[in-house]
Formats: sequence, C-alpha cells, structure tokens
Amino acid sequence: MIRFEPRTRAPLALRLTMQMAAVAAALALAAIPLALAGAPLWRAFGLMVQGAAGSAFALTETLTRATPLIFTGLAAAVAFRARLYNIGAEGQLYMGALAAVAIGTGAIAAPPYVLAPLVLLAGAIAGALMMLGPTLLRVRLGVDEVVTTLLLNFVVLLFVQMMLEGPLKDPMGGGWPQSEPILPEGSLPVLFARMRLHAGFIVALIASLALHVLIARTVLGLKIRAVGENAAAARYAGISVAGVMVVVGALSGALAGLAGASEVAGLKGYLTSDMSRGFGYAGIVVAMIAGLDALAVVPAAIFIAGIFVGADTMGRALGVSNYIADLIVAMSLLCVLVSGLFTRFHLRFR
Amino acid sequence: MALDPNAPLVLKLVGIGKRFGALSANEAIDLELRRGEILALLGENGAGKTTLMNILFGHYVADAGTISVAGLDDTLAPLAPGSPQAALDAGVGMVHQHFALAESLTVLENVVLGTRSLASLNLDLSGARRKLIALMAESGLDVPPDRRVSRLSVGEKQRLEILKVLYRGARILVLDEPTAVLTPQEVGGLFAVLRRLVASGLSVIFISHKLNEVLAIADRIAVLRAGRKVADRAAAGVDRAVLAELMVGHDITQSRRTPRAPGPPLLMLTKVTVRDPHRRAGLASASLTVHAGEIVGIAGVSGNGQSALAGVIAGTMAPTDGVVTLDGEALNPTPHASIAAGVGRIPEDRHHEGIVGALSIAENLALETLRGAFLKFDAMRTRAAAAIRAYDVRCPGPDAPIQLLSGGNIQKVILARVFERAPRVVLANQPTRGLDVGATAEVHRRLLEARARGVAIVLISEDLDELLALSDRVAVIARGALSPPLAVESVTKEQLGLMMAGHAEAA
Repeated sequence: MIRFEPRTRAPLALRLTMQMAAVAAALALAAIPLALAGAPLWRAFGLMVQGAAGSAFALTETLTRATPLIFTGLAAAVAFRARLYNIGAEGQLYMGALAAVAIGTGAIAAPPYVLAPLVLLAGAIAGALMMLGPTLLRVRLGVDEVVTTLLLNFVVLLFVQMMLEGPLKDPMGGGWPQSEPILPEGSLPVLFARMRLHAGFIVALIASLALHVLIARTVLGLKIRAVGENAAAARYAGISVAGVMVVVGALSGALAGLAGASEVAGLKGYLTSDMSRGFGYAGIVVAMIAGLDALAVVPAAIFIAGIFVGADTMGRALGVSNYIADLIVAMSLLCVLVSGLFTRFHLRFR
Repeated sequence: MALDPNAPLVLKLVGIGKRFGALSANEAIDLELRRGEILALLGENGAGKTTLMNILFGHYVADAGTISVAGLDDTLAPLAPGSPQAALDAGVGMVHQHFALAESLTVLENVVLGTRSLASLNLDLSGARRKLIALMAESGLDVPPDRRVSRLSVGEKQRLEILKVLYRGARILVLDEPTAVLTPQEVGGLFAVLRRLVASGLSVIFISHKLNEVLAIADRIAVLRAGRKVADRAAAGVDRAVLAELMVGHDITQSRRTPRAPGPPLLMLTKVTVRDPHRRAGLASASLTVHAGEIVGIAGVSGNGQSALAGVIAGTMAPTDGVVTLDGEALNPTPHASIAAGVGRIPEDRHHEGIVGALSIAENLALETLRGAFLKFDAMRTRAAAAIRAYDVRCPGPDAPIQLLSGGNIQKVILARVFERAPRVVLANQPTRGLDVGATAEVHRRLLEARARGVAIVLISEDLDELLALSDRVAVIARGALSPPLAVESVTKEQLGLMMAGHAEAA
C-alpha cells in the first residue's frame, strides 16, 4: 500500500528532478504507440533529437516554433497564478493575429520602427480585449471563465474564417481564404540570413523577463500572488480582487494576442485560419511544465517546440503520423501533473 | 462518578510514537481506557492530542507502538494500523471539532450515509429510522430525524454527529474539543448525555484544553505536553493550578484588566442592519458605542451575527441600513477604507482571511500597506525582522513562507501587522481561538496595552472567561440582535449564557 503525507515545502533539486522524470516518463510512454506503428525506436528518437537540435537550422526552427509557445505559456502562467483559468489563449492568439493584419496590411503607412511595434501592440490590445468579457463575467457574476474562454475559441475561429472569406480576403490570393500580406514595414525582421527565426523570439524573451520582474518584484505582482494564493485574505487586506483579476486577464490576453501578431508579422506574413497548431492549448502545457514560473516558461516552450519540430522530421523519415507530437505533449502534461504529487507529498510504501 | 476500578480495558495504547520530520508529535505514549470511563486528554495546541487520536483512528500510521481494542468478548485484539475502516469495525468512533455532515440531507439520511454498500439498491430507511429512534430514546440525544441538517442548530449538529457514531455500534467515543461551539447551557446538556452514555457501558475520550470542563466531566485526566504524556491521574481531587502547570510546563501569569476611565466615543454603530444573502444570521438594527481606551466584549454563540458585526467594522460587509462612524466620520464599507481610517483588524479565521500561506512573513506583513510600483524588499525585511523580535515570532526568518508557522506564531504576525500601524480602533474577532496558553496570554497582553494607549477595542469571543477578564463592558449577540453593553462588574457568566441562548430578559 502507498500512503501520501503532505510535505511543507519541496527543495528545488527535487522539483527539477521530478520535472525531468516526468518528461522521461512521457517519452517512454510515447515509445508504445511508436513501436505499435512499427518504427524502430532508437532511430525514431534519434531522428527527433536530430530534427529538433541536430543542426543550426534545426535549432532555429525549434526556436521559431517556440516563439508563440513562450507567449501563450506566459499567458497561461500569469493567469493561472491568479487562479484565473484562461483556456482561451487560442482564440486570443487569432484575435491578435487578426488585429495585426488589420493594422499591418496597408491601413496605416509608417516607417518600420513605428509600424512593426504598432502591429504587435494591436495584437496585444485585441487579445486583452478578448479577455475582458470573460474576466468581468467572472468577477461580477461568478461565471466560470474556463467555460467562457474555451467556448470563445470556437467563436473567434469562425469569426476569423468569416473575415478571411469576406472583408479581409486577399484579392490576389487566388481564391484561398487568406489575408493580404503584412507590409514589409510591419514585419518583424529575421535574426539570421536564410533562417526563419525572427525578432518575435527576442520580444518573447523580453516578455518572459518583464513578467518575471512584474510577478516577483512589483507591488502588482505581490497582489497577483496574494489573490491567486488566497483571495479571501487579499480582499480582507484591502486589495481589490476584481481589479487585480481584470489586470491579470488583460495581461494574459495581451500575451496570447502577441503570440498571434508575432506569428503573422514574423513568420507567416499573412493570416490563415489554420495558422496555429494548437499553440494556445500547448501554452497551458508549457506553463504547467514551467510550474507557472515566467522564466521557466522559455525552456519549457523550447522543449515542447523541440518535440513538435523533431516529430515532424521523424514522421517524414519513418512515415509515422506527426500527430505523435501531440501525443507526447499531452503525455508530458499528464506526467508533469502526476509528478506534482511527488513534490507535494511524501510517499510511504508499506 | 463511581467508576469500577476493575472494569475491563477497552483500549490500550503502548509506546505510541510519531515523528513529522524534526518534530516529535508523539513520543512513547501509553494510554488505557476502561469500560464506562470518561478519559480527558488535556493539552495545549500542538501537544499531540490530535495526532494521537488520528493514529488511533487510522488517519496516520504510528512510527512505533501498538494499539489494542477490546472486542465484544472483552479480550484485547491488536488494531490494524492506518485503516479508518478497521477502527470503525473495532467500535471506535470519532466526532471531529469540525462537523462532517451533508448539509442538504436530512438527519436520518446523514446517519445512514456511509453505512450502506454502494452496490446495495435498497436504502431501507424505515429500518434505519426505527433503529435511530430507539437509539435516541436510549441515549437521550434528541434530533428531529427528518429535518435537513442545514436547519439544525450547532448543538443539534453535534448531537447528530454523536448519534452517527453510536448508530455504527461504537463502544469508544472520541470527542475532539466538543464544547468549542456550545453555549454554557448546551455544554451542560452534552455532559448529561455523556454521563448517561458511559453508564450504559460506552467509553469516552474527551479532548480539550479547557480545565474547568475537564474537571467537571472526566473520571481520569491524561495530560500531554510537547508530544509526551506528563501526567495520568484520577480527576477527583486534582488541583486546577497543578493541571495548568502540567499542561504548559511553567507558571502562567494572567493579564488582568485594571479599571480605567474611558475616553471620548470613537467607534459608533447606529442602527446597523445587515441582511445576509446567504441566509446566515445578519445584524438587526445594532447600535454600539466604543470609547477610546475601552474594550467592549461581544459574547455569543458562533453564527449569531458576529460575522456581520465584524464585517461592517472591518469593511468587508456593507450595511443594508444604518451608519458606522469613526470619530464622527462615516466609514466607507470597503476593507481599504477601513484600514485607511485606522481600524486594525484581527480576523476570525486567521488562515482563511488573515494570511496568504504561500507568501513570506515579510510579504504578509506588508499586505495591508502596499504602495508604489516596486516592492521595497530591504524595508519589508527590516520591518519583518523587527516584528519577529518584538512579538517573539518563532520562525526561520522574514523570508519563510508563513504557512510553515504554527497558529500562535501566525497570530503574532497578524498582531504585529495590526499594532505597528498605531490603530485607533481594533476589531479582534475570536483572537485566541485555537491558540495555546502562551500565545493567548500574548494576545491578551497586547490588547490590554492597546487599551492603555487609548485604542477603542471590539473583542468578539466565544470564551466567556476571556471576555470577563478583558472587557470593560460586555454585549451579547443572539440571532442578529445586539444587546446594550453591560458593565462587566455587573454581569455573571450564567446571565450571559442565558442571553446567548436568546433570553433577552436575563439582562
């Protein structure tokens, strides 16, 4: 029989070990469907590592894929810190991308150092506004934000499809439902010649650092932590819980919106309704693996991105469906959640 | 209480030990219980009473020692450790301080709950009803079987908890701080029931830290201190002072109020009404004036409107009618306004409202006075270090998460937060609930010091001894109605008890 006894605090080394163990367990579990698909296991994992980090190009591809995941991971981390469960990063990402193309495809003419930041800002504001409704419903009427934000994802996706079939459709797009391309002045520059890694990655790193400083060192950050850990005590101490929630919601939505804006302005150039491969949802996994820590979101996002990119390479070489990546990511989340048991409890075997 | 000294043993604990990390919660504890005996387990908070009972009941597994329980044939058999089911099967039943009742079900349904296998289709409520009614007649515990639990009084809920345990055929009844929520009259009723139960062969372990009660009900008293049993003796002829010293380990000097002329009126409630949307007791047209340098005690059984009264002073609840003024100025009904106006607030539930457990001591101290954009860690740490020194907070340091601290030390941090801002008014809501003797004395000392400095203090408490020792005047709250405060010299405990039960004419 196994018994669980609560720990008062877990040492950092134990937490790190547990995260690593969780990831290892997820990969081990992923070996089962891989083997069932008839893939040679060592070669499959070897190809994944090679595809994710085997060359300078592979590395930049992984970092490119990590960029939106850092943003959505931060969006989930800040919201979950305040116990505001924003599951709507996917929708906020698309709204951010939509606002970016609305501003960046010719509506405004400005030099690059003005237009590119404006495009990002538009994305952030659109994402923040998307979170306003669910947050206000939560703080005023107690409506569960998990439900509202999750369902809004589908509403937003349909709205984006409508816009791409209608007012925002590129007349030169050969009939495909896609937006006009972002002007060169509104695009984010690539960081290395002949690579796709763009300045959005730098913005994501800055966002991670800024969020870390905000949470750990500012008065607002302390209020966010207090509200998340014990809203009743925060209210009793004179902190406006509703106010903090609205700010956190806006911040979370803005970060998710930045993910969308940076994708269209840095990578794709134009918006399609299949732009995100579940980045909004994967951001939740990233945040959980990072233990809701803003700095840890960066390595967690790079890890998840590496799985996506590596699985693509492996899938192409071995003829295994690249859905294996989603499977590994999902298992990583489950394993991380289970590993949380080990950091919160002592296990006693008898 | 003539107990047959040759009555058979029903429970025998030998050498029980339990460690939590560096803390030794129980160490080599031996305990025996005879049939028909009431054994009081006396000790401060953290002395190891609850740990010991959790081991008995199978919630924890002891590191050392054995437990034997008598079967129906009076022979002791070892009890399987770590299994609440085994404890139940062996006839050990426990009534926790916090009730475990399904509020939306009836009394009868609550009794049946958990006694039927999940697979059985027939609830057999009529059979259960017959058994329950017979049990009520036999034990003298009376609760309407078809009433919903949400409509029961606290006393009735406790009787139901005991009935639940008896229904399952318990022969050993463990009561954890059973009197904490009762009026003095209800305590009397509970004791009468317990005497009747032991006369019919039940054995009782009565956990308490209140000396008077223990002396009134117990046949034998075992005292725990810091995880060890320091005394085990017959209750007859035991001296109260000796027990107190055994419990604490040293003399306790009680703070006492010295008479003092109050200053001008500071806090005024005028016909304040609070209608509580959650159907709990609100406040019905309550008026109260508290002067500078005065402690006004509010007596009452928990759940009679204390929360609403505390809420309007602390700013967490808006009066539906009436006004609250501080020094003549109306008080806005927000926590922030209340803090800004100079109200220091000691919340009723320190874990729920007083602190954010995951934050550090320094951060918790700063929570009410956050200003500016960036946290000033140096200033916060200096301030926390000073508070830790001044209030003798036992802790690893200012940066330690406050949830690592004991209840008494958490309360000291809250006291520091309240008093370092030199408040004009202090609201102390159950400030010593669950605290040990030492921490309680510290709270009392700080409240009396504040009174001497001219602070107006509202002290809400269920502990009548505490109210009578500290208050200048005492008011009673019952079903949302607040009586006019009476000078403490002119009231007796019995009178307050009657008023708490709703007999206003006792005033």
